Amino acid sequence: MTYDLTFAKEVYENSEEGHWIKMCMQCGVCAGSCPMGFLGAWTHSPRQLFQMVRAGLRDEVLSSTDMWMCTSCYNCIVRCPRNLPITHIIHGLARYASVQGKADPKQSTHHFAKDIFWENIVATGRVGEAALTMKLYFKDGIGEGIKQGLEMKDSALGMLKAKRLKPLPFRGKIKGYPGFKAMLKKAFELENQKEGKA
Amino acid sequence: MADGQAAGQTILVVGGGISGLTTAVEAAEVGYNVLLVEKSPHFGGRVAQHTKYFPKLCSPTCGLEINYQRIKNNPRIRLMTLAEVEEITGSAGAYTARIRQNPRFVNQKCTACGDCAKACQTEVDNPYNFGMNKIKAIRHDHFMAYPSHYYMDADFAASAEAKKLVEVCPVGAIEPDMKATVTEEKVSSVVWATGWKPYDAEKVLPYGFGRIANVTTNMRFERMADKFGPTGGKLVRPSDGQEAKNIAFIQCAGSRDHNYLPFCSRICCLASMKQATYVREKNPDAKVTIYYIDLRAMDRYEGFQKMVEADSGVQWIKSKPARIDEDPKTGNPVVVGENTLTGVRYEEPYDLVVLATGMEPNSATSAKVPMADARYDEYGFVVSGGGLFSSGCSSQPNDVSGSVQSSTASALRAIQTAVNAKG
Ligand SMILES: Cc1cc2nc3c(=O)[nH]c(=O)nc-3n(C[C@H](O)[C@H](O)[C@H](O)COP(=O)(O)OP(=O)(O)OC[C@H]3O[C@@H](n4cnc5c(N)ncnc54)[C@H](O)[C@@H]3O)c2cc1C
Ligand code: SF4
Ligand code: SF4
Ligand code: SF4
Ligand code: SF4
Repeated sequence: MTYDLTFAKEVYENSEEGHWIKMCMQCGVCAGSCPMGFLGAWTHSPRQLFQMVRAGLRDEVLSSTDMWMCTSCYNCIVRCPRNLPITHIIHGLARYASVQGKADPKQSTHHFAKDIFWENIVATGRVGEAALTMKLYFKDGIGEGIKQGLEMKDSALGMLKAKRLKPLPFRGKIKGYPGFKAMLKKAFELENQKEGKA
Repeated sequence: MADGQAAGQTILVVGGGISGLTTAVEAAEVGYNVLLVEKSPHFGGRVAQHTKYFPKLCSPTCGLEINYQRIKNNPRIRLMTLAEVEEITGSAGAYTARIRQNPRFVNQKCTACGDCAKACQTEVDNPYNFGMNKIKAIRHDHFMAYPSHYYMDADFAASAEAKKLVEVCPVGAIEPDMKATVTEEKVSSVVWATGWKPYDAEKVLPYGFGRIANVTTNMRFERMADKFGPTGGKLVRPSDGQEAKNIAFIQCAGSRDHNYLPFCSRICCLASMKQATYVREKNPDAKVTIYYIDLRAMDRYEGFQKMVEADSGVQWIKSKPARIDEDPKTGNPVVVGENTLTGVRYEEPYDLVVLATGMEPNSATSAKVPMADARYDEYGFVVSGGGLFSSGCSSQPNDVSGSVQSSTASALRAIQTAVNAKG
């Protein structure tokens, strides 16, 4: 068997902060620190994902749901002895998988980030919280949505009372919306350039 | 160049641990004058705190004792304890060192009979045992201490009780009014051998040392294993004094970590393996677990590792634990992490957890070289240059035999500077 670094190099070069993966010494601190691991939410810890990248397991890594489970708690980052920005590497991998069309479009956090959240914020230039929540709850159909809504209604009312949730779904576009759109356009251009699609 | 002239030169050796002692005897036995300056009341350094040496598992006192005999037989070595070098000026071959001799409050007449300590009522935390027990305020550190003369701390010396102890001493050795003196010495070269201190384990917050009673450090454990130590050689839990039968060692606690010491301390893997033998020897039913990133039995020590690996009572887990919690009911430290060979996450309770903390060079903090052009590496170890030579653990983390080798080399280089000075 040969030691094939093709996928590792692909990640080092194209996935955000991916080049850090070569610095990982496989100590396991991130895995032991990650709350998602103890909740059984993922199959592979950050440490394992990094080793899988180095082992060239392209499909396993990119179609994995593991990196979509990260809560950005930063436990791993503060403890990593080798200074790896683990949270950002994980998010980078998630995005790279999405761009490569390998991420399951129905995986909840992927679907939420790529479609629900993105569409919501692009529409007006700001997050419309009520619409966002509704969409999230109803993403699996009407029945599920009502069930989830009822489960969460106390929190929602609490948040409304504390003025942490804006009740109106539509507050219109932000001031200078065209500028915001222009910024997005430029960002897309830069990104496509970087990803060689220009 | 006449031999006699070069031999008339003095080499200043700062730090009287195994490294400084080695440089001193090696240079003096070739015929050079040596001034050996030690900051604490006795020679021996950290080695004097060890229970046994790896790899031979003999007592460290014998290695030290041989050096003390060589020193005693050599008129060319001048010894100073409780002394510090305040400033070094000049250049290679012609330095002037200003040295402060702090008072011992007990003079050379002391025979170490111990009468004063028996009479003394005041007890202090014993720094030799990292404060794990109390000791009389007038004392020496251990029965093999060299020089064996007693001493007291300055604040106790100022007390009324210290004045009364003067009467107790049968040879008139106690002098509570002793004052510091400052001298200047002409030396041709300087060997820096101020060694190391254990990295402050409290800084490694996730491991809970200082918060969790039954989390200790390898140097404390070294004192605990000693039959003359604070627990009489019993390996017990600090929380309740119960025998610790299930003990975990955590490697790289504060080493190889950009949050703490970024370098590998080189000796702590072997130190834990050695300490595993203490546990298993004292109680064949006791269990040891060693958590490691990778095992570093440096140099020729792989055989030592193999020897410890042959013991089925020692378990090895390839994992750097993420944190240690405390079980409030039992006081057990609970080690949390991921086994990197199986990918399984664990939460394991132990009677006692020993943090294998590493070496921080004293030259980074309390023992900076008081010389204008002294150089350090990025971690604070002293870099040799000009007439200054770095020896043992002030040059890099090292075991005793590595320290001795580097100190013999320093003796030779210091001699070269002395020779060139007259050449
Ligand atoms: C837990 C543990 C177990 C170990 N067990 C072993 C073992 O079994 N076998 C082995 O080979 N090695 C062992 N080691 C390593 C060993 O302790 C070192 O190799 C050894 O101490 C190095 O000696 P040194 O003289 O360089 O430094 P030190 O022992 O630190 O001596 C330095 C001396 O300098 C003095 N000093 C400090 N500052 C000043 C100053 N400003 N002015 C004057 N003097 C000063 C100090 O008081 C001290 O006497 C162990 C280390 C650890 C952490
Ligand atoms: S904590 Fe850092 S070095 Fe350790 S396994 Fe995770 S990423 Fe690698
Ligand atoms: S930031 Fe993400 S990967 Fe890191 S510990 Fe938190 S959940 Fe786990
Ligand atoms: S100071 Fe005097 S009494 Fe104390 S140990 Fe020395 S000789 Fe004995
Ligand atoms: S010697 Fe072992 S425990 Fe010490 S820092 Fe190096 S790898 Fe870690």
